[in-house]
This record gives sequence, structure tokens and C-alpha cells, in this order.
Amino acid sequence: MMQEDMRVLAHEEIADQIFKLKLEGEMVQTITEPGQFVHIRVGGESQSIAPLLRRPISISSADPSTKTMTLIYRSGGLGTSLLSETKIGEKIDVLGPLGHGFPVDATPLKGKALVIGGGVGVPPLYGLSQALIERGVHVTHVLGFRSAKDVFYQAEFEKLGRTIVMTEDGTSGKQGRVTDVLDSVDFDAAYTCGPIPMLRALEHAITEKPLFVSLEQRMGCGIGACMACVTHTTDPNDAKGYRRVCCDGPVFKAREVELC
Amino acid sequence: MLDVHLPGLKLKNPVMPASGCFAFGAEYSNLYDLKVLGAVTIKAATLAPRYGNPTPRVAETPGGMLNAIGLQNPGVDEIIRKELPRFEENKVPVIANIAGSEMDDYVLTAEKMSQQSAVNALELNISCPNVKHGGITFGTVPEVAAELTAKVKAVSEKPVYVKLSPNVTDIVAMAKAVEEAGADGLSMINTLLGMRIDLRTQKPVLSNLTGGLSGPAIKPVAIRMIYEVSQKVSIPIIGMGGIQNADDVIEFFLAGASAVAVGTANFVDPFVCPKIITELPEKLNAMGVSDINELVGRSWKK
Repeated sequence: MMQEDMRVLAHEEIADQIFKLKLEGEMVQTITEPGQFVHIRVGGESQSIAPLLRRPISISSADPSTKTMTLIYRSGGLGTSLLSETKIGEKIDVLGPLGHGFPVDATPLKGKALVIGGGVGVPPLYGLSQALIERGVHVTHVLGFRSAKDVFYQAEFEKLGRTIVMTEDGTSGKQGRVTDVLDSVDFDAAYTCGPIPMLRALEHAITEKPLFVSLEQRMGCGIGACMACVTHTTDPNDAKGYRRVCCDGPVFKAREVELC
Repeated sequence: MLDVHLPGLKLKNPVMPASGCFAFGAEYSNLYDLKVLGAVTIKAATLAPRYGNPTPRVAETPGGMLNAIGLQNPGVDEIIRKELPRFEENKVPVIANIAGSEMDDYVLTAEKMSQQSAVNALELNISCPNVKHGGITFGTVPEVAAELTAKVKAVSEKPVYVKLSPNVTDIVAMAKAVEEAGADGLSMINTLLGMRIDLRTQKPVLSNLTGGLSGPAIKPVAIRMIYEVSQKVSIPIIGMGGIQNADDVIEFFLAGASAVAVGTANFVDPFVCPKIITELPEKLNAMGVSDINELVGRSWKK
């Protein structure tokens, strides 16, 4: 984990309010797992009064050979709106890489993985799928979005494996929810990131095979000290009774912690 | 130049992380050597383990943040067993923050903690706004605060600093009450009680409804209170509330603080404490000050 002023190599809007940000720096060499995240200070040197706290954003993919990583985030709140104004060549104060990511070795070598994403939870799954494919794993993607204007990275995922896009209104791909198509896919392990209702539905639907879920939570420090992002374990006899999403997660085994 | 001597605390510099913003040091010790710090104030200990409040526990505000963690900690015995050994070699002085909901559990917790060799002083947390019972009541009624201070002093083997709440009408009365009851020093200020409401849900953002406001937004309140209190008491003050850089540290000294604690800024920049410690000598040189102790209360001293 390090703090670095990373250079912006590319920055563009790839779907409605969805931005793709490519950063360059030494930190990239220290990323160990897909699904880790960075904590970004927006407008750090601007002396503006807000925002004070850093913003956690998942790493979508990383390339150590060029020291570059790609983040995909949704602009909406104060921090991410300011972040979306960052220009190519500018530097951004980044703390990372943080947290524990997806265990790719939960899928046997040359096995089959199911990767399920919802909305702005899709980005970290791209790096995951790349890492799985390096192990010779056959990956199927199910990506859920609200509407056609929200869909991103469909072509990128299609290059890695079979990709089923679902939209709530049917304006792109199939109409419905990600859980509607699970029966048609054969897999050894599943990985997911997305809104809580989707994660809940998947924890109910996938009980016979390993499933790993990545959580989002409001964070303070991002390194495990402030206890802002804790969640209860589902096991009442667990020694600690809680996990910190920032450093014990953000990826957990299905049903290890309460989804909230 | 930066050496500061306070009851129980021989500090090589006056900068320490504030309680609750540094856990028990483990996470930050992965980032830098904790012995560069003047001291470490560890997260509040209670007699029994506490999970704390449901999430959301934090909400950002202009220039600050609200928190309602709710004193999550594994309990005093577990802290002594698992967390204090990290400080056993006494490389950095430790101030142990003590909280409770009844007089008796404060006293028992303080007694146990003060007996530990790694602990140099206690900080009596009578001002946490995020627990349903105790905490804040001890911090808002001078007679109750004085009674608790006296009881803790009676059992403590180490000096006791009382952490004051800013959520009172007369901070000087609180300070004088705990000084008369035997406090060796004061920590001030704790967070200001606040609330944020989500426009979409039209409900408070925090599950606890209210939370403690910290960060640069509260610095002027802290400065004013330290300015008032330091003129009326003769015990030293550890100042805190929105400190982000060496200039802020100097401002707290000028107001009347004899040391400082850095809280929320650790979340923004985990390296902020060592950075401030490095910057301080430069700033003092530029002011023609050879000893930081000279600055204490200079804003009001004739």
C-alpha cells in the first residue's frame, strides 16, 4: 500500500455518467489481486473546502508492464463529479492498492467460472475475468444494467468469453435480471459485484458452488483503522463478530457477512 | 525544539494521533515507524466488548465528517492482551482512552489500564456523543464529571487527562470542575453533535441519527475553547479539532495547548502526522522560535 500522485493518461465518458480513467504510476506494480480498490483524494491541492474524505473506487484492470491501471466509476456525488473534471496529464492523489480481492484459484485450472455484475459493480470483474483466463479458465459473463444507455464494456467482455447482457427495460440484450439466466450456465465457481438486492438474490440462488461477493460501503480511512465500514458476520459464534469491508474485504465468501 | 514534558508524558514532539482515528496503531505501523510520533492515543476501551452502531456510521460534511461508530472495541482485557504488546518496548508513549456507561465500569477499566507498563497516561472519555448511556452525560454536568474524575484518579496509577465535550454552554466551568477533582491535564475538544439528512430518503444519513462532527470545520470552535480554558486552569491541555498541518499546530499552541492530537486528517492522509512533525521545525525557525513551549498561550499572554 502506498500513496502516490498518479498521472492521468486517459479519461472519457463511456456510458451515461460512467467514466473510464487510466492512471500511470509505481503503485500498479503492487496490485496483487483483481477486485482490490484505491482511495482517491479529489481536488487535494485545490484548497477547496469539500470534499474532505477520499473516495473508494475499484480497480477495473491493471497492466504492470506499462505501470497503468484503469478505473471505471459513476459520476454522481460531489467527489466523483469533481473527479470527472480531471484532465489528461494532471495528477491524482491515490492511496492503494487496498483490500482483498477475488480468489481466482477458487476456480480449478481450466475450469469454468461465472462472473456476474450489476451496473457500476461491473468494472472490477473485467480484471478478474482477465486473470481467470490467464489460468485457462472458461469464463461466462452475465452483466445487468438498467437500460441501454447504462451499458458499458460489452465488447471488452465479449472478447474474453460468452457475455450475456441483461437490461431491466429490455433496451439492450435480454430483458430481465441476472438471476433469470443462471440455470443456462455451467460453472465451478461464481464471482459477483453489484447492488445489494442482486447480491442477496445470488446468495439465495447459488448455494451448491463457491460464490464470492464484493461489497460497497461508506468508508473513512480505507485501511482498517476507523471502523466506519464494518458489517456483522452471519456466524454468531465468530470470534470477532464483524468484518471491515475495506481491509478484510471488499470481497467475501457468500454468506460470510451480512449484506447491508 | 519540539520536546514537550507533560504529566506522565515525556514527548520528543507534541504531535500524536487522536483516539479513535488510529485504532491501536497496527494499521498505521504498516505505513511508518510509530516511534516518530510524540505519542499514540489508542482507541477507547470499555469494560466489555462493544460492536458499536449499525452502518452508515460516517457521513461527509463541508470541511468535516460526522461519525457515529459507537465506541466499537474488543474490551479492556482483550486490548491489554492483544494490542498493548505492540507498545511494550516503550518506543512511543501511549495514552489509553477510557470510556464507559456507568461510574463503576469507567473506574474498573481505568484501574486495569493504568496498571499496564505500556500505558503512560489515561484519557478519560467523558464526551463521546455516540453512546446511548453515559459518555455525554458525564461530559455535560460539571458535578458528575468531577465525581467521575475523582473516582478514576483514586484508582489510577498513571496521570489522568480528561477529554472535554464542546457540547456545553460553559466549557470553563467543566474544565475547572475536573481540575479541582484532580485531573492532571485536559484533552479538548471532542466532536460536536451534528446531523445530516439525505434528500432522497428524507431521513438522517447516519443510522444513529446524530453523529460527532470533526475535521477542519470545527477548528475555530476548538481554538476558542482552548483560548478560554487555558487562561483559567493551570493544568496542560492537549489540543485537537481539525488539525491538518503544522500551521494548525502552531495556532493551537498560541491558543493555549501544550501538545496536539490529529484526528480526521489521518483518514485523508495516513502520513499526515509524520509530515506535520517534519514541517514543524521549519515553521518555528521561520518564526524565530527555538522552543515550541514558548508558544503556549501566546495569543492571550501579556
